[in-house]
Amino acid sequence: MSATAACPGCLGGDAATATAGPPPGMPTHALLLPTIQCLDCMRQVEATLMRQPGINAARVNLSRKRVTIAADAGADPTAWITALDAAGFEAHEARDTVRSSADNGLLLRLGVAGFAMMNVMLLSVAVWSGAADATRDLFHWVAALIAIPAALFCAQPFFHSARRSILAGHLNMDVPISLAIVLACALSLYETWTGGAHAYFDAALSLTFFLLAGRVMESRMRRVARSAAADLAALEPQRVSRVENGARVSRAIDDIAVGDTIWLTAGSRIPVDGVLTSDRAELDRSALTGESDPIEVSRGAALCAGEIALTGPVTVRASVVGENSTLRRMVNLAALAEASRTRYTALADRAARLYAPLVHGLAFAAFLGWLWISGDLHKAAMIAISTLIITCPCALGLAVPAVSTVATGRLFRLGALIKSDTALERLADIDVVFFDKTGTLSENRLDVPDTLSASDLSILKTLAGASMHPLSRSLLPQLSDVPEADLSDIEEIAGQGVAARCGNRDVRLGSGAWLGARSGTALRIGDRVIALSRSERAVPEAAALVATLKKQGLPVHLLTGDRADHASRLAGDLGVNAVHADALPADKLRLVEATQASGHHVLMVGDGLNDTLALSAAWASMAPGNALEASQNAADIVLLSGRLKAITDAMRIARSAKRRILENFGMAATYNAIAIPICLMGYATPLMAALAMSSSSVLVTLNALRVR
Amino acid sequence: MDVLLILVPCSLVLGLLALAAFVWTLRAHQYDDLEGDAMRALDEHDDAPASRH
Repeated sequence: MSATAACPGCLGGDAATATAGPPPGMPTHALLLPTIQCLDCMRQVEATLMRQPGINAARVNLSRKRVTIAADAGADPTAWITALDAAGFEAHEARDTVRSSADNGLLLRLGVAGFAMMNVMLLSVAVWSGAADATRDLFHWVAALIAIPAALFCAQPFFHSARRSILAGHLNMDVPISLAIVLACALSLYETWTGGAHAYFDAALSLTFFLLAGRVMESRMRRVARSAAADLAALEPQRVSRVENGARVSRAIDDIAVGDTIWLTAGSRIPVDGVLTSDRAELDRSALTGESDPIEVSRGAALCAGEIALTGPVTVRASVVGENSTLRRMVNLAALAEASRTRYTALADRAARLYAPLVHGLAFAAFLGWLWISGDLHKAAMIAISTLIITCPCALGLAVPAVSTVATGRLFRLGALIKSDTALERLADIDVVFFDKTGTLSENRLDVPDTLSASDLSILKTLAGASMHPLSRSLLPQLSDVPEADLSDIEEIAGQGVAARCGNRDVRLGSGAWLGARSGTALRIGDRVIALSRSERAVPEAAALVATLKKQGLPVHLLTGDRADHASRLAGDLGVNAVHADALPADKLRLVEATQASGHHVLMVGDGLNDTLALSAAWASMAPGNALEASQNAADIVLLSGRLKAITDAMRIARSAKRRILENFGMAATYNAIAIPICLMGYATPLMAALAMSSSSVLVTLNALRVR
Repeated sequence: MDVLLILVPCSLVLGLLALAAFVWTLRAHQYDDLEGDAMRALDEHDDAPASRH
C-alpha cells in the first residue's frame, strides 16, 4: 500500500478491511466523489459505506469519480454523505444512478474489426509473400468470408453518420470513409470472383479498425467529461428540509410545491423563489447581481433562487417552482445567446469540406483519364478505387480525436472539464480574458480585529477551527502563527455558530443576533461582545493568475455588477487592465459582443447567474465548480473545486492541442501528396495500402501524445 | 498444400475464440473503470474476483 500512500485525497489513512460484498440488487443510488484519486480512497469509501445500515453493496468507479450503491429504493442518502464527510471525502448525491454504457456498442465493433483484421492480414501476408493461383483464390475467398460481414457490421457508425450528413446536404469525414470501405469490399469481391491478383479486404478492415479506435477514444473521453460536468450540477441543493406539521423532513427538490415552507441553515443556497417567513435574514446576492455586500431583508421579502442565506436558520415559503423560477428563466435566456458558439465549425469538419471534394474529384478524373488512355474499364475503375482507398482519411480521421482525447484527459486530471467538443479549438484562439469579480476572483472573509489580546486571538482561532462555516474558516489563514487555546465542551450549533467553555467563561463565535450584536458576525468572550467586520479579498491564486495571463500578452478585464469602489480596489490589488463596474447582465453581454465585433476572441470566466448571458456569448467560457448550475450549463469548461490555476493550464494545453492537430493535418497531407501520384500512375498495391495506412495512423497517434 | 485445410480452419477457430473472450469481458463490464481496476489489482486484501453491479 506504500506506493499509493502519497495520495492527498485520503492522506494514506487506514484502509479498513471490509470490502464491497456481492451486489444482491441493482444500483439504487449514486454519489459523486470529486476528491478521490487512489486505491486507499476507493477502499475507504467502500468500507465506510458498507458500515452504513441499509446498504447492500457499494462500488467505486475511479474513472468517473462516483460510487454506485445498492440499497433500499427509498433510502435517504444524507446520512451516508455525512458519514463520508466524516471520513474525509466530499460526497454529493448524483442525479442519475444508471451506469451509461453507451460506448459498449462501439467497443464491440472495435473488437470485431480488430479480430477480423488480424485474421485477414494473416491470409493477405500469405498472398503478398507469393501464394498464387488456386491457393491465392482460396485465401481471397476466406478473407472475403470474414471481411465482408465484419466490415458491414463494424462500419455501421460511419454509414449512419454519412447518410445523415448527405441527407442534410453537406459532406463530413464519414462520407469518404464509408465510400472507401464499401468500394474496397466491392472491388475486392469482384477481383476474388474473377481470380484477380489485388484484393483490398485487409485495407477495408484496417481502415475500419483505426477509425473505430479514434471513435472509441473520443466517446470514452467525452462520456467521462460530460458525466462529470453533469454531476457537478448536482452540487446544487438536491434535498431540502421541508416543514411538515412542524417537523423538518428531508425532501428531494423536485417534490417542493408552491406554498411549501422550507427550512434553511445559515450558509445554504435558496433553492426556489420564495417569500421570507422568518423575521429577518441577511442575504448574499452576489450570484445574481455581483454585489459583494450582504443585504438585510425582513419578513415578507421576496427571495430568488440562487441567493445565499448568511444568517440562519431561516424559513422560506416557496412562491415559484420549476420552469418559471428566476434560475430557469436565466437558463433559457442563455440558450438564446449561444449564436456565436454554433457558428463555429470544428477544424475536422473544415478539413473534411476541403478534402472530400478534392479526393473524389481526383478519383473521378483518374477514372476518366485512364478510360480515355487505355480504353480498359476494369483498369480505370481499379485505379480510381485504389486512389479512394489509399487516400482514405485514416490519419485525417484520427488526427483530431487522438489529440482531443489526450488533451481532455490531461485537463480532466488538472481539474478542468471540457463540456463542448470544439471548446479546446476555440480556447486556443483567445486574446482577451474577462473575469467576473465576486465569487470568481474574490471571496468574502472576516477580518481579525486589531484590538484583541493574545489570549483572545487563541480563543478565536480554536473556535474558528471548530466551525465548518466557510466564513469562520476564512479567519484561519490570518491566525496561522497564533497558538491554540485550551477550550472544552466545543459544540457547533447549526445556523448559529460555535460555543465552548474556556476555564469558567462562555466563549462563542457566530451570528451577531445570537450573541447580542446587531447583525453580522461576532465573537463573545465572557460578557464582552466583539463584532467582526467582513471584507472582500482576492482569492489567493488570483494575483498570480492575472500576472501569468498578462505575461502571455492577454489583456485582463474585470466585469462586475458590484459598486465601482469595490471593483477598483480589487482591480488595483490584482493589476488588471480594465474594470467595468455596475454592469447589469445585459451590459456584460453587450461588452463581450462589442469586443468580439472588433475582431477579438473573448474568454469569459464567471460563476453567477448575472454572468450566464456573457458566458454564452463569449468565444469560450469557463465557470468554477462552485458556480450555479445555470452558469455551468452556459460555460464550455467547468473548473473543479475552484482551481483557478487550471485556467492558464487549459489555455496552454488548448494551444498545444491545436498545434498538434494542425501538425497531424500536415502529416496526412504529406502522406497523400506522396500516395496520390503513385495511385494515379497505377502502381498502387494492397501491400502498399496496408503499410501506408497503418504507419500514418500510428504516426498521428504518437504525435498526439506530445500535447503538454 | 493439404495442410491448409487444417491450418486455415484452425486459425479461424482460434480467432473466433479470442473474439468470444473479448465479448465476454465486454459483457462483464471490464472496460467501465480502467483506472480503478488497474489500482484494485494492487489491493492486497481483496483476493476475490471483483463483484460488479
